[in-house]
Amino acid sequence: MRPDQEIIKRWIEPNSHVLDLGCGDGSLLANLKETNNVKGIGLEIDEDKIQTCIERGINVIDQNLDDGLANFQPDSFDTVLLAQTLQALSHPDRLIDEMLRIGHRGIVTFPNFGNWKSRLYLASKGRMPVSKFMPHAWYNTPNIHFCTVRDFDALCEEKGIKVLERTVVDSQHEDSWAMRLFPNLFGEIALYHIARK
Amino acid sequence: MVTQESKASATDSVGLVTPQLFHFDEPLLLRSGKSLPAYDLMVETYGELNAARSNAILICHALSGDHHAAGYHSDSDRKPGWWDTAIGPGKAIDTNKFYVVALNNLGGCAGSTGPTSINPETGKPYGPDFPVVTVRDWVKSQKRLMSRLGIEKWAAVVGGSLGGMQVQRWAISYPECVANAVCIASAPKLSAQNIAFNEVARYSITSDPNFHNGRYLEHDTYPKQGLMLARMVGHITYLSDSAMRAKFGNASSQLESTTRGNLGRDLRSGNLSFGLNIDFEVESYLHYQGERFSSNFDANSYLLMTKALDYFDPSVDYGNDLSKAFESSDCRFFLVSFSTDWRFPPERSRELVETLLKAGREVSYLEVDADQGHDAFLMPIPRYINALRGFLDNAYEELCHAS
Repeated sequence: MRPDQEIIKRWIEPNSHVLDLGCGDGSLLANLKETNNVKGIGLEIDEDKIQTCIERGINVIDQNLDDGLANFQPDSFDTVLLAQTLQALSHPDRLIDEMLRIGHRGIVTFPNFGNWKSRLYLASKGRMPVSKFMPHAWYNTPNIHFCTVRDFDALCEEKGIKVLERTVVDSQHEDSWAMRLFPNLFGEIALYHIARK
Repeated sequence: MVTQESKASATDSVGLVTPQLFHFDEPLLLRSGKSLPAYDLMVETYGELNAARSNAILICHALSGDHHAAGYHSDSDRKPGWWDTAIGPGKAIDTNKFYVVALNNLGGCAGSTGPTSINPETGKPYGPDFPVVTVRDWVKSQKRLMSRLGIEKWAAVVGGSLGGMQVQRWAISYPECVANAVCIASAPKLSAQNIAFNEVARYSITSDPNFHNGRYLEHDTYPKQGLMLARMVGHITYLSDSAMRAKFGNASSQLESTTRGNLGRDLRSGNLSFGLNIDFEVESYLHYQGERFSSNFDANSYLLMTKALDYFDPSVDYGNDLSKAFESSDCRFFLVSFSTDWRFPPERSRELVETLLKAGREVSYLEVDADQGHDAFLMPIPRYINALRGFLDNAYEELCHAS
C-alpha cells in the first residue's frame, strides 16, 4: 500500500460506503474492504485497470469523470475519494461540488505545483516543470489543471468547503517539520479531508 | 481441414450434448390471468453440479435462442449452440468450474411447450391460443426447473438482450436464489422505437395470407414471407452500419473496412441487373437469413417473444420507480453494453446502472467498443469475454471460499 493511501485510510471509517473516483486497479478499495469492511465502488476508464478490478471482485463502473456524476444520488456515500486525479479533470471545481453532493465527506489528493522544485524549475529554466513525478511535456500531459496548496485552500474558502484535515507529504510520502511549517513550499503531494460547511 | 468430429472433440468444446425434457404437472398461473395446466421444458446442461450444489449458472436466451447454447447435437452439425463462444471448458463461462443450465422458454418452438404443442383441450396445436407469456412467467417456470434440479441458489444468472431482462426479473423476484446477475446488452424496458420494430415484425407475419389467424398449421402451411420479412427487419437492427459496411464491403484489409469510402455496397455478380433482381451482397444476405430463419422458427412463437419484450417493465409494480424493484435484490450485478448497439444502446444499460446505484446495489459496468451492433453480445470480443470470465472466476472463488 502506498503511504499516501495509509493516510487516506485513516480518514475512512470502518464499515462505511466509499466511492473512489479514478480507482485505478482497485487496490485501495480492496484493502479497505478486506481490513475495514468498507463497501466500495470505483469509477475508472482504463480498460486494463477495470479488468483487474473485476478480477479481484471490486465493483467498478466504466465512466469518465469529465462526463459528470449525475447518475449518483445525493448523500449516497460516506466518503467520495479523488486521489491524484484532480489535475487531469476538465472541470475540477465542478467535480468537487459533485463529490460533496454525493458524499458526506470528500478526500482529495493532488501534486502540489507550489513545491519549491517546481518553482525553481520554472524560475531557472523558464520552462514548464518536468520531473520523475510529473514526466509529461506541456503538450501531451494528461494533467491540465495544476494547482498549489494555496490555490486549493482558496477554492475551499470560495466554495464554503470545510477543511477537516490537511496533510502534505513528499514524493516518498513522508512528512517533515519543514513541510508542516511551509506546506506549499515543501509538500509534493497534498491530501485534503473536506466536508460541506 | 477441420472435420466436424474434431470440432465437437475440441478441448474447449462441451462436445456432443443431449437435450432433456422435463415435464411439470403443477399448473402455471400466468401474469395474464390465464394458466398452463401442464408443460414441458427442454433443457441442456454442461459441466458437473458440485456436492454443495452451489456452482450452477442459468443461461437465459434472447428472442430467437433456445436450450442449445453450447456444443453439438451430432457430429454432422454445421454449427455449435448459439453461445458456444462463451460456454465450454476453459471458456468465460467455464464448464470445468460451473454447472451450466440452458433451457428453451415457454412459448418457444424448440421442444418446450409452445404454440406448436398439442393443446390438451382440443387435441390440436395451440397455435394462436397459446397464452401470452411474459418474462415474469418464464422466470417462474425457470424457478421450478431450478427446484427440480435440486439447486437452491444460482451462482449466476446470465443473459443478453431479452435474456438480460430475465436476469433482472430473477434478481427482483427471487433475490435469495441469485448470487450474481450478469445482464448484457439489455434494457430496463423497451423504448418506443424498440416496440415499433417489433410491431413491424408482427404486422408482417399477421398480414401474410398464409397466417390464417395463426392457425396455419391446421391449413398445412405457414406464413413464410411474413416471417422472412420480420427477420430481415430484425436483422438490420441487430447489426450496425459499420458492421454492414465491413461485412458487405469486400474489405481486403481492416483499414479499408474502416475507410469512409467503403459503404459496403458490394455487387453480387459484378454487374447491375437493371431489374428488380438481387444486385447487392447485402440483399442476398438478408434473403438468406430470412429464408433460414423462416424454415426453423414458428411464427406464433415469434409473435409471443416480441410481446414478452414489449411487456417487460418491472417498475410497474413499484410505482414506476425501478430502483424500488431492485431494493430487495441481494446479488452482485455485472452489466455490459456495446458502443454501436442501437437496439439496446449503452444509454439503456447506463440507465440500469443508475437505477441499481440508487437502490444501493453492488454493480460493475463495462462499455465495450465494438463494431458489431447488438449482435456483439454473441461475439468473442476479447475485452468483453475477458471481463465476463474475470467476473465469473471471482464469483467461483467466492463460492469455493464460502463452502
